[in-house]
Amino acid sequence: MNARLAVLLAFWPLAAMPQGFAGLGTDAEGFALPQPEPVFDFPADHGSHPDYRIEWWYLTANLDGADGWEYGLQWTLFRSALAPEAGEGWTAPQVWMGHAAVTTPERHFFTERLARGGIGQAGVEATPFAAWIDDWQLAGTDFDTLRMTATGPDFGYDVQLTAEGPLVFHGDRGYSVKSAEGQASYYYSQPFYALAGTLTLPEGEIAVTGSAWLDREWSSQPLAETQTGWDWFSLSFDTGDKLMGFRLRQTDGADYTSATWIEADGSTTAYPDGAFTADPLETAQVAGREVPVHWRVTLPDRGVDVTVEAMNDRAWMTTSIAYWEGPVIVSGSHRGRGYLEMTGYE
Amino acid sequence: MTEAVLGALLSHWRRNLLQLFTLIAGLALATALWSGVQAINAEARASYDAAAETLGEGTFAQIVAADGGAIPVSDYVALRRAGWLVSPVVEGRLDGVRIVGLEPLTAPGGLGPVELGGDGDITAFLSGEGQVFGPREALAALDGIEAERTESPGVAPGTVITDIAVAQRLLGTDTLTRLIVAHDQPIGRPALGEAAPALSLREAQDASDVERLTDSFHLNLTAFGLLSFAVGLFIVHGAIGLAFEERRAMVRTLRAVGVPLRRLVAVMAAELTLLALVAGALGVAVGYVIAAALLPDVAATLRGLYGAQVAGSLELRPSWWLTGLGIALAGTAMASAAALWQVARMPILAAAQPRAWALRTGRGRAVQAVGALLLLALAGALAIRGGGLATGFAMLGALLVGAALLLPILLDAALRLGARFARETVPHWFWADTRQQLPGLSLALMALMLAMAANVGVSTMVSSFRLTFTGFLDQRLASEFYVSVEDAAEVEPLLTFLEPRVDAILPILWVDRDLAGVPGELYGMRPHETYRENWRFLEAEPEVWDRVFAGEGVIVNEQMARRADLVLGQPLLVAPNTSLPILGIYGDYGNPIGQAVIGEDLFGGLYPEAGALRFGLRLPAADVPALRDALRDFGLPDGAMIDQARIKAFSLEVFDRTFAVTGALNVLTLSVAGFAMLMSLLTLASLRLPQLAPVWALGLTRAELGRLELIRAVLLACLTALLALPLGLALAWVLLAVVNVEAFGWRLPMFLFPADYARLGLFALIAALLAAALPAFRLAQTSPATLLKVFSNER
Repeated sequence: MNARLAVLLAFWPLAAMPQGFAGLGTDAEGFALPQPEPVFDFPADHGSHPDYRIEWWYLTANLDGADGWEYGLQWTLFRSALAPEAGEGWTAPQVWMGHAAVTTPERHFFTERLARGGIGQAGVEATPFAAWIDDWQLAGTDFDTLRMTATGPDFGYDVQLTAEGPLVFHGDRGYSVKSAEGQASYYYSQPFYALAGTLTLPEGEIAVTGSAWLDREWSSQPLAETQTGWDWFSLSFDTGDKLMGFRLRQTDGADYTSATWIEADGSTTAYPDGAFTADPLETAQVAGREVPVHWRVTLPDRGVDVTVEAMNDRAWMTTSIAYWEGPVIVSGSHRGRGYLEMTGYE
Repeated sequence: MTEAVLGALLSHWRRNLLQLFTLIAGLALATALWSGVQAINAEARASYDAAAETLGEGTFAQIVAADGGAIPVSDYVALRRAGWLVSPVVEGRLDGVRIVGLEPLTAPGGLGPVELGGDGDITAFLSGEGQVFGPREALAALDGIEAERTESPGVAPGTVITDIAVAQRLLGTDTLTRLIVAHDQPIGRPALGEAAPALSLREAQDASDVERLTDSFHLNLTAFGLLSFAVGLFIVHGAIGLAFEERRAMVRTLRAVGVPLRRLVAVMAAELTLLALVAGALGVAVGYVIAAALLPDVAATLRGLYGAQVAGSLELRPSWWLTGLGIALAGTAMASAAALWQVARMPILAAAQPRAWALRTGRGRAVQAVGALLLLALAGALAIRGGGLATGFAMLGALLVGAALLLPILLDAALRLGARFARETVPHWFWADTRQQLPGLSLALMALMLAMAANVGVSTMVSSFRLTFTGFLDQRLASEFYVSVEDAAEVEPLLTFLEPRVDAILPILWVDRDLAGVPGELYGMRPHETYRENWRFLEAEPEVWDRVFAGEGVIVNEQMARRADLVLGQPLLVAPNTSLPILGIYGDYGNPIGQAVIGEDLFGGLYPEAGALRFGLRLPAADVPALRDALRDFGLPDGAMIDQARIKAFSLEVFDRTFAVTGALNVLTLSVAGFAMLMSLLTLASLRLPQLAPVWALGLTRAELGRLELIRAVLLACLTALLALPLGLALAWVLLAVVNVEAFGWRLPMFLFPADYARLGLFALIAALLAAALPAFRLAQTSPATLLKVFSNER
């Protein structure tokens, strides 16, 4: 049904949206806008913010299987509001979308769920923390100890997450600017989850351990109209340091970049536009389009000059809105693993 | 050269406009009847498909409440949270329109024809007053609603589609009707009983309920269309045969001047193709008119009989045009193959004179007789084996074709018998000459017999059905007056008002639920004498009513018993944990849906939430007008009251409409058969001159010859009619005992209607007389010079 596509167009930050007036606090339709120098209120802010247009709970993980193989895992819950209110029953103007994936060096399993808010089919509650859509859940007594499950027609997983470090705030204390014109979002992460659990694949169950990275972001106007897509990197180096960097591609061919350097103890350094670079070295034919799967990524201030390579080129998410999301291997000045997300390669 | 050849060939038609007309009219008529019926079927199928697609029936399994009631939203959420990928549907009626509420985010792909484009639309669909999509007349009926109305012809007739939130608001409910189960389900899903014990799964059916129920109706129509087409082809065959016979001289001349045979045959084929295309186009156009004229009746029938919504207006479908032209071409090819073959094999120096069709050889006739007997034996075997709609139609086909093949042989035997009793010369010649003509007329006579047999068979079936149905209505509609309310809250005041004014109030109380695995209706019946006195059982145990009212058993209708193979004493599940023995099977000719009846007290215990909104009232018939006035003053709208006489009239109207189509097709086939006869006689007349000239020369006047022609036609028609009668009755038996049982689920007693048959026979005679009149008149007017010429020519 075409309706789905339409819902997701409304969902995805790349869709053209009425732009707000920075500083006024709300946009023309009454959605709240992120303000600089935020003060977060936890655990409440782990929950949902229905007065903002979009929001997500985005978890990726690099795993080692008991069978000796490496795996990637994704669990994502998106919220999109048709109007700035929580609402109740079928008329609630909140739409939820879940994506789950498991990537092996040879295969890529993924699936999608959609749900209306207001009836309990999907939602996020802060205390005790629970994010769910259908039978999928990311839930625990608090944000540091979570059980995460998802199922698809041919795969599933059930894993336990334990936070081994603090929350990390991007940009200016969690106010992450996304363009030179000032579009911004609230953005923080928990990149220090240790993960243990079981993947269920067609060939059977596989015990896995590894590390996971959860992104929390919400906004009402995340991208400028001139921005066509993004390439987002979350890299964990063998040194214990981590790097979050993204490149927003613009219609004029220029980029807008931003990065956060995260030390092993959780202390962060935010980098403004231009400090972080990401350039495609090689593309691959994926799902009928050219997608860069081999990158040169630098952050000269930290001596980072690495190549980032997809573990499996075919990590394409043929969901309502398609994008690439998969585990990567890092080599060069630093070694490590991470996740890469690329949107706008339609 | 090709042009010259074509010009020469076409010149024949210019000189014989009547032949051209016959050919084109015959082919156009055949195509029209066939494609008209196909158009009606296609329109109805498109409507069912739209309905099934809208509702996801047929493609997707469904989950319904085990007790046949509504599903709370919490059950839906519980199922989703257990991992079941299901999508909710709310269904109900508002102002006579079926409202279907879907949930677009979870609806499986391909469900619902609604096109939503752009994010503005989805926001409008999901929020605010919402949007409804439907065909124009359905939207028009929903005048009062606030949601934005969008015309969408793809939605089933009488139906609108909207978001589930809007549907719940419009229908004033907060529950769900059913859940659609997506094809792809995730791994590790619990069993349904574990996730939602109150729900039950209904597997996807290959065809929707409506489609299965109406299948036989459409098969009936198709059979009629095919029959008409076959009869039409007889005409075409005759016309082409005549044209080729008459052009033998031309063919010889053309070949003598050097036209290669192959080219000649090719040009002739091209000529026929051209004619077929013209006639086909005409036929499709006429077929469209026929279909458009009949469709409202068919739509009314399907709605009345099966509750199936069919659009009342016809859509022009390209596929239908092409099929029509294709069938015209195929028909022409079939009808002309023999003639072309003859031209191709004709020696260049063969006599170019037209000649009457030669008598069939004895061997050919023997083969035909054996074939006919084999087909009739097959029909008999199928009748004994029985069962299934396909078998029924195969039986019909074998019976009709076998009888048609047998007809010339029987006629020949009859004529031979006649000849034996002839003592004088002229009668002797008459019998012999009639026998000689038989091969040329046999196709037309077969057409006449088939048309008559179809007429006898179908009218016997319809009239038997109508008698039974009328009797059934008298029994079943025992209450003098019926009232209904919209809302459960109105029931109490109404009953209080009625109590002192009537002898008895009989609530009509039912729930829709699966019975023995098929969707049906379960009724709860208040103990009352009305039922004892009026209901007739086909089979029942003793004291059936006492036991049903006491909650000890259940009674089911005939169609239910047949469909699910139920017998007396067998237990039937009437609620999730309650099964009762079947105590009786009653005849029910109102609709094809399965029904079961239990006592009111038991029903109330099993389905406490189902309240009656309709009531039958018993009172002296003379008091009905006064009660109606009183109820009007009480505030009940006229639409909520209906008296027995009106229901009966309405039911009979539905019934008559059902068979209006068959009646119309009957008349059409009969006229086509008459036309076929006319054409055959015309063809023969011009060829028979060499045979008649000697008889004239021996002293018979032209007028006498003409009169004999008329008598011959009447004689043959009489014999054919006599043979058509038993065939028609056999046909009626198949329709009543096999096809009806499959189509409606009931078997009807067969009644005979001799007056009708006599009238039909008279029609056949008149048709034959009319058909013979023109050739006979022509013969009587033939100038002696023409007759003399026969002797001066080489023959």
